Amino acid sequence: MAAETALALAEALTAGTTTAAELVETALARAEAARPLGAFVHLRADAARAEAAASDARRAQGAARGSLDGIPVAIKDVMIHEGEPCTCASRILENFIAPYPGTAVARLQAAGAVVLGRTNMDEFAMGSSTEHSVYGPTRNPWDPSRTPGGSSGGSAAAVAAGVVPIAFGSDTGGSIRQPASLCGVVGMKPTYGRVSRYGLVAFASSLDQIGPFARTAADCALALEAVAGHDPADSTSLPEPAPRLRAALTGDVSGLVIGLPREFFDADGVEPAVLDRVREAVAELERGGAKTRAVSLPHARYAIATYYLIATAEASSNLARYDGVRFGRRAAADTLAAMYRRTRSEGFGPEVKRRILLGTYVLSAGYYDAYYRKAMKVRTLLRRDFEQALSGCDLLAGPTTPELAFRIGEKTGDPLRMYLSDIYTVSANLAGIPALSVPCGFSDGLPIGLQLLGRPLDEATLLRVADAYQRRSDWHLRAPDPATWAGPGR
Amino acid sequence: MTAAPHPTYEVVIGLEVHVHLRTESKLFSPAPVRYGEPPNHAVHPIDLGLPGVLPVLNRKAVELGIRAALATHCEVHARSVFARKNYFYPDLPKGYQISQYEDPLATGGWLEIDVPAASAADDAYVTRIGLTRIHIEEDAGKSIHDAAVAGADRSHVDLNRAGVPLLEIVSEPDLRSPAEAGAYLRTLQHLLRYAGVSDADMERGQFRCDANLSLRRHGATELGTRTELKNLNSFRFVEEALAAETVRQAGLLDAGRDIQQCTLSYDPERHATRVMRVKENADDYRYFPDPDLIALHVDAAEIDAVRRALPELPEQKRARWQTGYELSDYDARQLAESRALADFFEAVVAELGGGARAAKSAANWIQRDVRAALGERGVEIETTRLEASALARLIALVEGGRVTAQSARPLVAELLDHGGDPEALVRARGLEAVSDTGALEAAADAVIAAHPEVVEQVRGGEAKGLNFLMGQIMKRTQGKASPGAAREVLQRRLRGA
Repeated sequence: MAAETALALAEALTAGTTTAAELVETALARAEAARPLGAFVHLRADAARAEAAASDARRAQGAARGSLDGIPVAIKDVMIHEGEPCTCASRILENFIAPYPGTAVARLQAAGAVVLGRTNMDEFAMGSSTEHSVYGPTRNPWDPSRTPGGSSGGSAAAVAAGVVPIAFGSDTGGSIRQPASLCGVVGMKPTYGRVSRYGLVAFASSLDQIGPFARTAADCALALEAVAGHDPADSTSLPEPAPRLRAALTGDVSGLVIGLPREFFDADGVEPAVLDRVREAVAELERGGAKTRAVSLPHARYAIATYYLIATAEASSNLARYDGVRFGRRAAADTLAAMYRRTRSEGFGPEVKRRILLGTYVLSAGYYDAYYRKAMKVRTLLRRDFEQALSGCDLLAGPTTPELAFRIGEKTGDPLRMYLSDIYTVSANLAGIPALSVPCGFSDGLPIGLQLLGRPLDEATLLRVADAYQRRSDWHLRAPDPATWAGPGR
Repeated sequence: MTAAPHPTYEVVIGLEVHVHLRTESKLFSPAPVRYGEPPNHAVHPIDLGLPGVLPVLNRKAVELGIRAALATHCEVHARSVFARKNYFYPDLPKGYQISQYEDPLATGGWLEIDVPAASAADDAYVTRIGLTRIHIEEDAGKSIHDAAVAGADRSHVDLNRAGVPLLEIVSEPDLRSPAEAGAYLRTLQHLLRYAGVSDADMERGQFRCDANLSLRRHGATELGTRTELKNLNSFRFVEEALAAETVRQAGLLDAGRDIQQCTLSYDPERHATRVMRVKENADDYRYFPDPDLIALHVDAAEIDAVRRALPELPEQKRARWQTGYELSDYDARQLAESRALADFFEAVVAELGGGARAAKSAANWIQRDVRAALGERGVEIETTRLEASALARLIALVEGGRVTAQSARPLVAELLDHGGDPEALVRARGLEAVSDTGALEAAADAVIAAHPEVVEQVRGGEAKGLNFLMGQIMKRTQGKASPGAAREVLQRRLRGA
């Protein structure tokens, strides 16, 4: 049976049938049971207990801060939490303790959420399997021989395994939605600029966005309300205040028009079961009164190429600060050049190096126009495709990822195949629009996700549709069997 | 240094000036801009390039950039873009500098400069130098390689300067001599101070200059291969370095050799330039628009507001003084050069009651006595103790006949060094003009008695003898004799009255 949702726990806290202290103990016990999955890289048991006690004290005085107060949450190891380690699953940040507060975590703490720990990821969020981590891979709770997807695989696995009701990740090209799909949970990438990036360690600045994982769309709404809203410390933050999302969850989809992009259903290399479950889910929404229509995203086929040019270009520059001079790992050497070379050679893993090299090449004189500038133009065309498609519908629907959870090690030798995991997700990052993945079925015991994409700032419609679908389905009530997790582990 | 033009080659110089903007905080972080703090104390996580930090633009820096652009007749662009300039260096925390590249804040202006005469045979002249562009960027930190501080095998990094807002001002290759380069820099420095853009103090690194120089045969239209002079830390060194580099390049060209594109430093001890680095091919900084910042939009209303708030600039002051005060072009230019001197001049004029007559007196005293004293001391007016009201009172004492100009002039230097009240000073030194008839008659009689042969000549109609006798009276009264009264008395006594 699935673990309780955050909203159910909030009710229990309000009713006094449980305490935040109890919730933390339960979460820590479940984290212990889930240890073989490798979802967490850092648990802050004592600090979490202290924060839970503080939450209970507030509640006892009638000063509870809202529905998140006392709820245990997990955060990806890429989010800055003042006074805590932040390694991005990289050797180069192995000793880094964040000396300043990041906006998203600070807002969670202000809402009273109890941060249980930090979750595993692909190094610097570069990857789709959570295998490229200095801590070793995270395993999929539905089948520990398989990956949870990535790069936010630790957060997806922590929620799927029932350790915490809510976790946060970052999504640059699908890093929330793809693992949500492969782990059978809801994961949302908000509109670019909705959640402050101040305190999110950058991979690709124009694409990165923090978002929530939960078992239900309603919990995602709760989680996003806490962290969203304008932040003057992020120049790309949108001026809109935090949206009121839970109010939008009416359960009603009648009259909504769902666009079905041809390109998302005709593509080669998609598991037939994935398309079958996605079509069934759309049919269920139609039974609920939604209408569908075919739309086209003519430039979607260039999305992966465009994404890997822009993302690597920005990454090559964003990761230049890991130079051994001011923080993090520094290799001993006799000259400055040797110190740089050795620090970065030893500190970064192979996938990060591959992307730095690619991005450096993309930005080099003589190639800039052919690659980076052209990619920016295609990005504009893709954004127009979405504007056009969404002008006649309320949202778009399609698969989140073309396949089921793959085996650990299956794709690590073939980066291009790994990159194709993101074929349906990168477009939303390039266009800056919100998108989520909601569980829509299983095949061979492995979860499948339905992706919903919406207009800028219209997270409410996506959550409303996902919530309505969950009211009409029970995929999210299934839970993986902890008995399968035991084993060699880590 | 300011030698005659090279006989064979025309010198072509372009200058890149970096100035610190006068802001309270840094360009992209809330850390204060302070000089002389202990190392790494004026920093914020943003300046350290910590993981997860983001830049937020300081709009005050933009306002100052617009001021500089308007003061130099540049076009301010409605949209400009911050770009990352990527390179590795320990004092560059993020591994890139946030600058502007393809879309700078402003382009296409000019600066009018006064070039002093190179020799007695030449004339001073005024010429106009084009400005290519002005853009905003952040400064890097400082690397300290000094073994006394860091140890022989280490370097230290101080990031107090990292993120301080800079303006890069790039001239066209319009300068034709080291003297023009020096005049350009002085004019620009004064202008930026006038406009409140920068304190432009070279010793604090607030005003830094790199120079490009190439030679071509007189009459040629193609530019020669240029070399770049870096780290020139005084105006004098800029001129010396450019002169030395002219000699070096001319020697190579005369010997039939090519100029190699390179970066040089200047060694003031040897009066020679030294190659630091040969550029095999262009540096690749992999510029691209900074995705952490949105494009900078400046609307017409903002530009207008900055324009209205601009203080009166030198060229406007000159025009006003020439028409309103009938000052000569020369006096107007010199007095308007620095804002402090211009303000001082205007204050003296006001104290004297205003108007062309007062302006003429103030200009004479400042140009003749104040500037000489400043020059002797190598200081600027604002660092001295001379008050405009004090100079005005001194001038009034002279014009009222209370003290002679001759007695008063040495007091200017005294007021400059120590301040004080001119009237008290005149009294304390016993410098009051002698117009008392008895004292003057006694002096005249003594002079007449001592120089009978000159007295004969004067009585015979020789005017220059009279001046000699006047000089003798002045000598006897230590210059205190009021000239008009003394002349009258002397002439009366010569007539035997």
